[in-house]
Amino acid sequence: MSENENVVPVAGGTPPATTGPKAGRGVVGRMARNPLAVAAVVVLVAVVGVSIAAPLLTPFGPNEVIAGLARRPPGAGHPFGGDGAGRDVLSRLLFAGRLTLTGAVVTVVVAMLIGIPSGLLAGYHGKWFDSVSSWFANILIAIPGMVLLLAFIAAAGPQTVPVMAVFGVLLSPGFFRLVRAAVQSVRGELYVDAARIAGLSDARIISRHVVSVVRGPIVIQAAISAGAAVLIQTGLQFLGLGEQGKPSWGQMLSDAFTNIYSAPYLVFYPGLTIAITVAALALFGNALRDALQDRPVRRRRRVDRARAGAASDTTRDVSNASAEAARGPAGEEPLLSVRGLTITYPGDTGDRAVVRGVDLTVDRAQVVGIVGESGSGKTQSAFAVLGLLPTEARIAAGSIRFDGSELSSLDRKARGALRGRRIAYIPQEPMSNLDPSFTIGYQLTEPMRVALGISRAAARNRALELLGTVGITDPLRTFHSYPHQISGGMAQRVLIAGAISCDPELLIADEPTTALDVTVQAEILDLLRGLQRDRGMALLLVTHNFGVVADICDRVVVMQDGRVVEENDVTTVFAAPGHDYTRMLLDAMLDDTSPRPPLVSTTAGRN
Amino acid sequence: MTDTTEVGDPMLHVEHLDVTFPGRGWRAEPFRALRDVSIDIAPGECLGLVGESGSGKTTLGRAILGLVPASGGKVEFDGRRLDGMPRQERRRLSSEIQVVFQDPYTSLNPSLSIGDILAEPLTASGVSRRDARARVGGLLDAVNLPSDAASRLPREFSGGQRQRVAIARALALRPKLIVCDEPVSALDLSTQARVLDLFIELQERTGVAYLFVSHDLQVVRHISHRVAVMYHGEIVETGPGNQVTSAPDHPYTQKLLLAAPVPDPAEQARRRQARHQLAGGR
Amino acid sequence: MVSFVVKRIVSGIALVVVIATATFFLLRAGGTNVARTLLGETATQAQISAKLHELGLDRNVFVQYGDWLSHAVRGDFGSSWLTSQPVMTALVDRLPVTLSIAIGAVVLTTVVSVLLGVLAAYRRGWTDRIVQVLGIAGFAMPGVWLALILILAFAIKLAWFPATGYVQAGQSLGGWAVALVLPVVAIAVSSVASTAQQVRSAMLDVLQNDYVRTLRSRGLGEGSVVLKHALRNAAPTGLTVISLEFISLLGSTVVIERIFALPGIGSMVLDATVGGDSPQVLGVVVMMVIVVVVVNLVIDLLNGWLNPKVRVQ
Repeated sequence: MSENENVVPVAGGTPPATTGPKAGRGVVGRMARNPLAVAAVVVLVAVVGVSIAAPLLTPFGPNEVIAGLARRPPGAGHPFGGDGAGRDVLSRLLFAGRLTLTGAVVTVVVAMLIGIPSGLLAGYHGKWFDSVSSWFANILIAIPGMVLLLAFIAAAGPQTVPVMAVFGVLLSPGFFRLVRAAVQSVRGELYVDAARIAGLSDARIISRHVVSVVRGPIVIQAAISAGAAVLIQTGLQFLGLGEQGKPSWGQMLSDAFTNIYSAPYLVFYPGLTIAITVAALALFGNALRDALQDRPVRRRRRVDRARAGAASDTTRDVSNASAEAARGPAGEEPLLSVRGLTITYPGDTGDRAVVRGVDLTVDRAQVVGIVGESGSGKTQSAFAVLGLLPTEARIAAGSIRFDGSELSSLDRKARGALRGRRIAYIPQEPMSNLDPSFTIGYQLTEPMRVALGISRAAARNRALELLGTVGITDPLRTFHSYPHQISGGMAQRVLIAGAISCDPELLIADEPTTALDVTVQAEILDLLRGLQRDRGMALLLVTHNFGVVADICDRVVVMQDGRVVEENDVTTVFAAPGHDYTRMLLDAMLDDTSPRPPLVSTTAGRN
Repeated sequence: MTDTTEVGDPMLHVEHLDVTFPGRGWRAEPFRALRDVSIDIAPGECLGLVGESGSGKTTLGRAILGLVPASGGKVEFDGRRLDGMPRQERRRLSSEIQVVFQDPYTSLNPSLSIGDILAEPLTASGVSRRDARARVGGLLDAVNLPSDAASRLPREFSGGQRQRVAIARALALRPKLIVCDEPVSALDLSTQARVLDLFIELQERTGVAYLFVSHDLQVVRHISHRVAVMYHGEIVETGPGNQVTSAPDHPYTQKLLLAAPVPDPAEQARRRQARHQLAGGR
Repeated sequence: MVSFVVKRIVSGIALVVVIATATFFLLRAGGTNVARTLLGETATQAQISAKLHELGLDRNVFVQYGDWLSHAVRGDFGSSWLTSQPVMTALVDRLPVTLSIAIGAVVLTTVVSVLLGVLAAYRRGWTDRIVQVLGIAGFAMPGVWLALILILAFAIKLAWFPATGYVQAGQSLGGWAVALVLPVVAIAVSSVASTAQQVRSAMLDVLQNDYVRTLRSRGLGEGSVVLKHALRNAAPTGLTVISLEFISLLGSTVVIERIFALPGIGSMVLDATVGGDSPQVLGVVVMMVIVVVVVNLVIDLLNGWLNPKVRVQ
């Protein structure tokens, strides 16, 4: 990266492509439907067209001095007025684009010619070429561009093409790094491995698989580089180091500077022209990148706040009747009672429901398993109880009662107070759920101090004790370790320790053993079972594995497509499943299938 | 290691294979991913390879595919040595050894159509575009996907369907051996069973052999003729699939077997107890 | 951590040497009309030759280089060909001016862009859109133009700030600050635009991570989650962007010092370039690269310290 680049994604999303597989064909169409892109293209075409056609558009020459025009403000015949020497500003403006645009083109071409191939080579083959070229790139980046250009001009003169070519060399590291990073990321992808095994040569792999990934970033970089070229030329020309005798926008600004007291209006026109041109370049680059990558529409209608704690719901179906209905046989209200829960997400054609009218009950110290396949809505339901749904999600209907209080009627602060203290969460992927920048100990003690208000020393002791409880052999060492220094199994134990640290009444575990090895899984299940029993916690366990359910759950809720299809105690569900779907899932489990018969030893022919 | 099924020389013969990765960073220890690994696969056979993370099962698959270099021992295929083969020659082997990866979401290039993805190995091996397109139809058929799938993008399909595409791609060049690296682990339960049955059907129809890598003993039991168990880079047990997955000899395999929970509360309680006894009585 | 620092310092020194060498040969490759510039149009060939000999320009170019280098490592950059003043003295006098501007701009950039970037990433919606628009606008405005507009508005019309001139901090801290406001804002706006976008991107990425949700589930307040945890993880990206922006800012001082008549090394190199004064140009280039290396080193160290994988080695 160099010279003022930025990635400026603009929120003017592009409409989705119809089911055309070839991205190329739809690009122009997608661009045409994006108003910002159209505006940018119009501006750029206008600027280029006007620069080329300048002699036809104005009766005055760019260097023609007109008597009496010096420093005359805009008026009849001279819509932009006259400059310090008496030349027509509008004419100079029209002609001046040529130099700058030529320079921008030269810069971008040179930068791409150098940066892209070297980036491809360095990224794909690595090794010595990568080291050498990266080293070169670092050197080029460290030089302030303006200063080097000055030195070059001192040595070789101010001709636009050579100077801007040198600037192109200075910008090439931007392309180099971009392409190299893209290639390296793709190189690790499985589909590239598959291509290699399919027998593709390196050249073919690069052209088919790498190019499509790299297209978008290159477009943006080119647009930014062109903009940077225009801006730096402005600076050079302002300093008087542009080509002599030819009009240029920077030189016009210099003239404006000289006459800033007597003719301040001169400042306006050249600056505005440059700003509009560069802005159009940036917008065009963004739009083209979006069109190439075929991004689906990102509907941002109701996304105002990024606070996941505020699962702000629109309609709520709160009724006291639901509380009555939830009371168990002993008349005691369950710890968690979910009734008619409906969760929707905005989609291309209206809202779609991922959870529809779900009812769930968890009594105190009870273990309830939610089973389902992907898309069943089991995880969404769990997150809804925690209040940690993503911002686009909407709880369209239903009630969630915890210990008698309706959660949706609590304000954000009260909701947040429940989390960690009374309702806790154990995530699925241990490593990605620990903050890599802080020690394990800090991540254990910080929330405890917030939730329980205890001192640092007390929190530390409690954390060490917890680490021991979850089966970590050297609590002190783990306390001081960072996440990257511990294994997956240990990380999951740490996360469990964190979850139980404030003695919650309800633990919500989202597939807590799926990401672990089967032997570790068994140990973690033992741990969870023990903790649940010892501390009298209720456990709501989301899983896709019926074996886990059989191991630890008291009751089972089976979900399919956002609905609950069966809900019963665990023995009944396994012995006599009520719903076809449950039966189908149980049958799909492989543990009692017959093994493969031994291989028949013939020349078992190929077709 | 082959017992009841002598078919002459095995098609794939791995002998005393060592794979060592250099340590990352300054003066770091090198990592021995595979130690003295020996396996054989006969034509048309399915060898299941079971292990947990770090066992080296994926590394063994990748070494056979040529994605990872061998540091010792040899890998022979149809009498030819694979380890150390130059890349050019290796590419020509693509019509004999193919792969199906675990992740259906990243093993297909998201910006290519299904037809393009399936035609790629064919055109790379010199088949004309027209012939390739014709054969794509046949491949889609073989994996029970509709023929209009060829013009669509991967993202329009479910995980199970994408995995079928990956299988079709592996079959395109009519290989003799397919390395299947956890191909059903990322799939839903109901889909798993169907895809496994597809694997079996294809094997019986075309006579292709599989090296079927998985962490799940039950999956491996369902599809493999023979099973090898790996732990810390070594093979600790090999034998007929039925025996290794229900009455194994090696304590590690026993531990693996007992650790996987079964969908029957009473049986699971018994298994749990047996597991605790095994651990305690070591 | 120590080997990390040592490696960075060594590569920094190598960088300075390589760039200085490249610049040296670049300048020598250009025309040497400095003698003519000094002596005027009417100089005879003999006078020119004598002048060239006096400046040492008739020797073999590698000998000249060796001579320059051997002096440079001892801090002696020779004397200006045009003014005969020692280059080092001029550099030392003028460096504080340029540093005031560049560092002022970097600080302003950091503060404002972090603010904007975090706000845009966290609140999305309207705030995000405004920040993005400002991003493009800030990038597209030429610094020169912005400087002129600022002068017109704040120095001429409102007369709040001086249009030209520099005040030594030693003489008057207030005066020093006031004189710097317009120049710093003029070059910082573009930087802020770019950096805010990067900070926003980095924060968006970090906020998507699983551990952010898990931290919220533990009951941590939004303030802690966003400003302590997320920002900390997004910092390395931000710091990298800032170090690149600093290089750009340093280059912008050339123009800005001209506009505001500030006696820094930017305007020094400009005059030296126009006049063909090689020792001055070389002196400025070396000094600038040293500044860049030092700033990069500081930022690299910060990054290394922030990254537990490096810190714990």
